[in-house]
Amino acid sequence: MRVIRHRGRFALAVVLSAALAAATACAGDDGKSSDGNEKITLTVDDFGTFGYQDLYKQYEAQHPNIKINERNVPKLDDYTPRLQQWIAAGAGAGDVVAIEEGIMVKFKAQPDKFVDLKKYGAGSLQNNFIPWKWQGGMSPDGSKLIGLGTDVGSMALCYRRDLFKKAGLPSDRDAVTKQWATWDDFINVGKKFTAAIGGGTKFIDSPETYYNTILMQEAGKGSNQTYFDQGNKFVMESNPAVKAAFDETVKMSQAGLANGVQFLSDPWSQALKKDAFATAPCPAWMLGLIKQYGGDGQSGKWDVAGVPGGGGSWGGSWLAVPTQSKHPKEAADLVKFLTSAQGQVAAFKTANNLPSSPQALNDSAVKAFDNPYFNNAPVGQIYAPAAMNLKPVYLGADNQEVRQAVEADLRAIAQGKLSPGSGWSKAVSDAKKAAGTG
Amino acid sequence: MALDVRPTAPAGAAVAPPGRRRLRTRLSRLDVSLSPYLYISPFYLLFLVFGLFPLGYTFWVSLNHWEMIGDHEFIGLRNYTRLLTDDQFWNAVGNTFGMFVIATVPQLLLALLLANALNRKMRAPTLFRMGVLLPLVTSVAAVAIVFTQMFGRDYGMANWVLHFFGVHKVDWQANKWSSWLAVSTMVDWRWTGYNSLIFLAGMQAIPHSLYEAAAIDGASRMRQFWKITVPLLRPTIVFVTIISTIGGLQLFTEPLLFNNGYMNGGSLRQSQTVAMYMFENAFNRFQYGYGSAVAWMLFLMILIFSLFNFLIIRRLAGGEK
Repeated sequence: MRVIRHRGRFALAVVLSAALAAATACAGDDGKSSDGNEKITLTVDDFGTFGYQDLYKQYEAQHPNIKINERNVPKLDDYTPRLQQWIAAGAGAGDVVAIEEGIMVKFKAQPDKFVDLKKYGAGSLQNNFIPWKWQGGMSPDGSKLIGLGTDVGSMALCYRRDLFKKAGLPSDRDAVTKQWATWDDFINVGKKFTAAIGGGTKFIDSPETYYNTILMQEAGKGSNQTYFDQGNKFVMESNPAVKAAFDETVKMSQAGLANGVQFLSDPWSQALKKDAFATAPCPAWMLGLIKQYGGDGQSGKWDVAGVPGGGGSWGGSWLAVPTQSKHPKEAADLVKFLTSAQGQVAAFKTANNLPSSPQALNDSAVKAFDNPYFNNAPVGQIYAPAAMNLKPVYLGADNQEVRQAVEADLRAIAQGKLSPGSGWSKAVSDAKKAAGTG
Repeated sequence: MALDVRPTAPAGAAVAPPGRRRLRTRLSRLDVSLSPYLYISPFYLLFLVFGLFPLGYTFWVSLNHWEMIGDHEFIGLRNYTRLLTDDQFWNAVGNTFGMFVIATVPQLLLALLLANALNRKMRAPTLFRMGVLLPLVTSVAAVAIVFTQMFGRDYGMANWVLHFFGVHKVDWQANKWSSWLAVSTMVDWRWTGYNSLIFLAGMQAIPHSLYEAAAIDGASRMRQFWKITVPLLRPTIVFVTIISTIGGLQLFTEPLLFNNGYMNGGSLRQSQTVAMYMFENAFNRFQYGYGSAVAWMLFLMILIFSLFNFLIIRRLAGGEK
């Protein structure tokens, strides 16, 4: 009898748990199809500051079935290898991924890994972008549209107004711009600054930020290429632009101007907060970073002046949809929304990422934008007009690896651990190794 | 109640036919000889799948030119010959051994002394014995981040303390010796207590009567330590040394975080370890073949060096034997 009761109990338990499972399954189904629309979560992978938070909220409000989940990696250098792995493995990447100009060629070389956005109605958007930015999003054979442009990195220079004043230098942004027509002038100003201030405050932040700025300027003046030519051949040794940028940066280190902290590392943000450097190159996206890392304490102390050497560009990105996304249509719609003129204007207001859309660049909200964090600098006026005239610089597939190798040597020179004389030849050989050709 | 559901007592067993009986005996013999292997088999099966197979597969990859995109091509041992002339690889080997020596030698000596102290009679022994394990409980990332801040160039505590002694600011990441020292400090902080507990366990297995006899003969504490504790602790010392060798040669997280997460281990690769170089090749440069070759070299290094350590320690601690 007891055995039977046992069995009875067991049977009861089975029935009960089955019923429970069925009930929860039903509940799950109900939640899923509330109004015939499936709930979709779109994951956006990006780096640095894209300034999209408000846009996400707006988009979610307009599309109740869509939830957006941003996975942000602060440093581009950390972001790239992850994205590479996800794309190669065919799993792990978000539905929307940001691709920076320095790594765009690498990813465009795998066009079958990305959705052709023309299939989702983006083909008609050509006039919404500066021509070269639109072109930059096309696959190498021009048949597929892989990415839609977000921002461009037209160039200015951020400086600490208060510290310049303290050093007895002109501190008004026009006067500051006037005193450094060339990079050699800039170094001379730096020497004066260092003589007057001294102590723990250096004139520039990291050698690598200045090096990249000058490199892009020099490349833009000449061949429009840096370490690689359009055929992805390694041309660092024969490209005068790289040598010129390298030498100019070494000069800065030799003059003792560099703080030497690694860009975007913890020591960099500490140095920023503790007034340990007085200038930093400011492509438009840098404004957002300085504000983010500097915090409230630095508000109003910085200002924006023109960059020595006349104009230039560094950075800027595209948004793409990997083919591994399960919701390519929804993802493509989100990309179109974020890169639309109105989306770019909103991103500019949040993070000062300079639009790549002519309509957005001409929008009064951009043109007339003064940035209170940077002493009300008219950043719209400073950046927007130059953006229309920018020329793209070709950055080869292994650009990031090579760049990191050269940056490390420049930092070693700033640390005084590598002699400037042997720096260039070591940089070339390290670069070759990083490119896999040495 | 439980009795109700039990099978009835095997009354029939006694009268079972001889054939079945023989089967039973054979089964029970098999049970005795086979069961132990079956019990330990899960480990070895898992090891086969998750240890041995990857090991073999990595070796296969290392014989190929294998990049992330495109096909791979069999190139024999060419990755290895390239490795032997790669100055970045040898730099990493030098760093790894340098940091291993700086970290492990003082660490094991310290752990031995600490264990000896903990082995004495004291109040609240468990509290103190568990206390030395605390650094191990903290996550390695947290330790590395805190220590990296302490070894900061401009605002670090280490430089602040040093300036009282008139020492100029040290850029800890910029020199080989200083970066090795900083990384070794992190390693020691985490592992000294752990090793001392293993030593302590070994010490407690040493019969107390030996010490009493030695004390009656007038041997000092120091003498007792060197003449009784250390020789009898030999197996433990060998074990701890080999475990530390394996751990030390695989050093990765501490130097990585010490360099702001950059795989190159400093502007001139001052503190890049072999494990970091492996990772840099495989997952930053995406040269899987070459990275796998580095992995296999690391494996061989650990094997050879552990054997080498084993022989030396057996000699040093065993003396007469």
